[in-house]
Amino acid sequence: MRYLPHTLDEVAEMLSVVGLKHLEDLFKPIPASLRSKKGLAIPGPLTEWELEERIAEIADIMASTEKMKIFLGAGSYRHYIPESVRYLLSRSEFSTSYTPYQPEISQGTLQAIFEYQTLVSRLLGMDMANASIYDGATSLSEAVLMAIRITRKRKVAVSRLIHPNYRRVLETYLTPAGYDIVELPYLETGRTDISSLNDFEDIAAVAVQSPNFMGMIEDLKMVREKTKDRNTLLICAFSEPLAYGLLKPPGAFGADIACGEGQSFGISQSFGGPALGMFAFKKDYVRNAPGRLVGQTTDLDGNRGYVLTLATREQHIRREKATSNICTNQGLCALASAMYMASIGGTGIKELARLNYDKAAYLKEGLRKKGLKLKFDGPTFNEFVVEYPKGAYQNLMKKGMVIGLPLEPFYPELAGQYLVCVTETIKKEDMDNLIKEM
Amino acid sequence: MSQELRTNGIVQDEPLLWEKGRKGRDGYSMPLRDVEKASIDESLLGDGPDFPDLSEVDVVRHYTRLSQWNFGVDTGMYPLGSCTMKYNPKINEKLSSYIGLTRSHPLLPAHLSQGTLRLLYELESYLCEITGMDAVSLQPAAGAHGELAGMLIFHAYHKSKGKKRNKILIPDTAHGTNPASASLCGFQAVVVKSSEKGILSHETVAELMDEDTAGIMVTNPNTLGLFEKNIRKIADIVHEKGGLVYADGANMNAVMGIVQMGKIGVDVMHLNLHKTFSTPHGGGGPGAGPVCVKKELEKFLPVPRIRKVKDAYALVENIPESIGKLHTFYGNFSVLVRAYCYILSMGPEGLKAVSQHAVLNANYIKEKLKDHFHIPYDRPCMHECVFTDKFQEKHHVSTLDIAKRMIDYGIHPPTIYFPLVVHGAMMIEPPETESKEEIDRLIAVLKIIAKEAEDNPEIVRNAPQFARMRRLDEVTAARKPVLIG
Amino acid sequence: MTEEDLNVKEINELILPNDLFYTEAHEWAKTEKNSVKIGITDYAQDQLGDIVFVELPQVGDTFEKGSVFGSLESVKAVSEIYMPVSGKVTAINTALADSPELVNQDPYAAWIIEISPTDLSETDTLMKKDAYLKQLKG
Repeated sequence: MRYLPHTLDEVAEMLSVVGLKHLEDLFKPIPASLRSKKGLAIPGPLTEWELEERIAEIADIMASTEKMKIFLGAGSYRHYIPESVRYLLSRSEFSTSYTPYQPEISQGTLQAIFEYQTLVSRLLGMDMANASIYDGATSLSEAVLMAIRITRKRKVAVSRLIHPNYRRVLETYLTPAGYDIVELPYLETGRTDISSLNDFEDIAAVAVQSPNFMGMIEDLKMVREKTKDRNTLLICAFSEPLAYGLLKPPGAFGADIACGEGQSFGISQSFGGPALGMFAFKKDYVRNAPGRLVGQTTDLDGNRGYVLTLATREQHIRREKATSNICTNQGLCALASAMYMASIGGTGIKELARLNYDKAAYLKEGLRKKGLKLKFDGPTFNEFVVEYPKGAYQNLMKKGMVIGLPLEPFYPELAGQYLVCVTETIKKEDMDNLIKEM
Repeated sequence: MSQELRTNGIVQDEPLLWEKGRKGRDGYSMPLRDVEKASIDESLLGDGPDFPDLSEVDVVRHYTRLSQWNFGVDTGMYPLGSCTMKYNPKINEKLSSYIGLTRSHPLLPAHLSQGTLRLLYELESYLCEITGMDAVSLQPAAGAHGELAGMLIFHAYHKSKGKKRNKILIPDTAHGTNPASASLCGFQAVVVKSSEKGILSHETVAELMDEDTAGIMVTNPNTLGLFEKNIRKIADIVHEKGGLVYADGANMNAVMGIVQMGKIGVDVMHLNLHKTFSTPHGGGGPGAGPVCVKKELEKFLPVPRIRKVKDAYALVENIPESIGKLHTFYGNFSVLVRAYCYILSMGPEGLKAVSQHAVLNANYIKEKLKDHFHIPYDRPCMHECVFTDKFQEKHHVSTLDIAKRMIDYGIHPPTIYFPLVVHGAMMIEPPETESKEEIDRLIAVLKIIAKEAEDNPEIVRNAPQFARMRRLDEVTAARKPVLIG
Repeated sequence: MTEEDLNVKEINELILPNDLFYTEAHEWAKTEKNSVKIGITDYAQDQLGDIVFVELPQVGDTFEKGSVFGSLESVKAVSEIYMPVSGKVTAINTALADSPELVNQDPYAAWIIEISPTDLSETDTLMKKDAYLKQLKG
């Protein structure tokens, strides 16, 4: 077998060095009652060629979605990924390398992650960023736990317009320790209603998402005003970072922590994973931050280099008092997003963000002109909510279109409403076809 | 053997991204604009992020040069204990990148996602069989995430029994993620000292186990590379007082097809697919940490679960006692695809051979090096073995120095200073994908370094000398952190 | 223990002033009228290696004898610091925020906190130099 290099002779030779006759003898120290009597009932082995056929068969079942026109976002976005990014990621010095604990032979990874931290900080307008969390949902959860540590308060106010799955994961993280989540409702305008919050005494943080799950741009300035000087942190979440190529980023509003999903930048959708938890924060909080951090330094010869730093926050040193239990993160995905940001550049990202905005606005306007009702009135980025005529969603699916995400399973009060996403991968003619069908 | 100290070749310096480029360059093919500019409220507009403008060639050269500063499994051996740095099959890279898989949106209606759901469902069943457990969730994105899931399941289980338990037993040899995950669930870690044999004794566990203890977290084989042979008795003691047994499956590479954890008293465990199941480490991730449970605990697994009804696969969300969601969607899907491919490529006999060869490799190394390096537990080991720097202490050469000197010989250092119970620990795990030549070379290099420690300790203490960088100033990096440029 | 321990001082090289109290956990205490200054001994700073961060409590915090009031971090380890006697924190050495290395350079000049003690007689349980030296020699 090509991944098992030892020949029978070599096995025999090595066994004799160890003083044993058979491979089974190696396991004699394990009591017989604990050892399996039967072989594993799993399929295989398949040759490389049979394996390829098997996966092709599975991928083909999915091929129907390739030919379909899909107007879905909601935390997973279809964006073009430059071939150069895909190619560079396949360099095995990046993909097969270990965590850079030995900096002398990991400068490739370390400089790349230092660059990633820097680009993310600039994107979000924040002081500094870590080397990644698993995804948007866990990034938000870590942000809330960090705010709880910093403020020593036990409650957090969370907007109902944050991605429903992010909120569910947050609940999973907070439940066992008994922290409280206060849900902030939303207004007719499709933005968070913070008026219900008057007593910030025990509120560690207010968390909002902008653009929010409905695609609406939140009034972060107002939220910051309300939480200022109260030992209450402002956490700004996001699921579509491309928005900050166009809009003011969380840092511009004085957010304490900016956290969300980076999948849009160079990472395939791949049925939801692997993703990329971007996480950035104010520099005063650095010793409370979760996750790995790469820092700049020099070596014995005075050359500039990079190392993992502030490791005393982490689980392998601090153990039960660590800022997080995270060890393996989304390293290669962070690298992909840095390569994407490097490729698209400061000029390109503004243009691409504007294109997304304009395309979505075109569809929004086209549907409105056809008499459809847009649930929320206000500026959006590349997603918006619309009420489709009864049966339209099912009929158009038969014609090869998935025209949005039905919101009822997530927001029972929004039955009949659909979340529609338009990125640069949607053509004008696709949108015209959709509008025509209304 | 001749001294093969080389890391020469064409390796260039390369500045930071923002130290390159020119405004107006681009490395991205901007899609055509086929719509007019729409109006926008100017007050919402930002200045855009301060990213450099680079050409495609700038970007390709940049990352190509950076990659050449890295060591990877494809470059050479990583004998890192408890990391299982095995070869990452290339066919799995190709297959996980099929467009039918990479373009799939996780929120498509189930009838349009039958391919991906089928793959996940089948992978769950393979992992159940390999671990001897009854149900699996593939949602956790890493081992620590799987451990958190396990601890949440403990919490939910005890809650369902109407009793809140506050403590959890954790061996002194445990990986740091164990107590960190336990404490996230509000459990207080109670340390269980391993016996002088290096494994847990059931008497010690019996002394500590009570009805305020949720259970025990074990690693088996443990982080000293030794099989916890008292596991059955320990499980009985914990179960008898109403507790559960959690197994950290990081060291599964030693026992596939030989021991099924679910049959020896384990109730919940996680696997590290980026260790045992060959998915690439990616310089720090992404990995995957599926959590596996016995039937009684299935209802607590994260949702959604994947069910097969007749010939169709469905996602089921409505399971009231589930611990909830741990990931936005279903976990690190394309990592799971690679593990699926690996299991099918190896088959049942192949996986067993993996464990047999892994254990053979570690015992072979232990035998060959025992006169050169001190062995704290001189007994047959499993897939990894632990040495210390005791013999080299008198020359003022430490485990760290030895590790750094290995770099000069083109081998990545082993795991050092872990587990904490062994002073100056050096843990070596030579995965089954390493050939006998590579293993003999590792042995030869370590023998040379042991000799250097005696005859020329300075050269070991000043290592590495041939890597791209010398030892770095981690003190200043921590005192005055510079995390962005 | 960390990688640093092969470069540590010999016991007879350690600096241990006569006029201080010492604890088992390697803190020193200096009593002055009705206040006590607290720091760590030369042995402790030597074992810890280069200190990169000092976690200080806040002025006004109170702690019982034997409880943790702060910590010292090196690159690879964290060491907690314990109260030699009970009291309320009246001052913290803020210079250590920018220059934690002061603790390595002169652990006796680089006091960490100053407290007003609740019960000065608690110093009866502390060691003087000779007893501490004996403990170090083991």
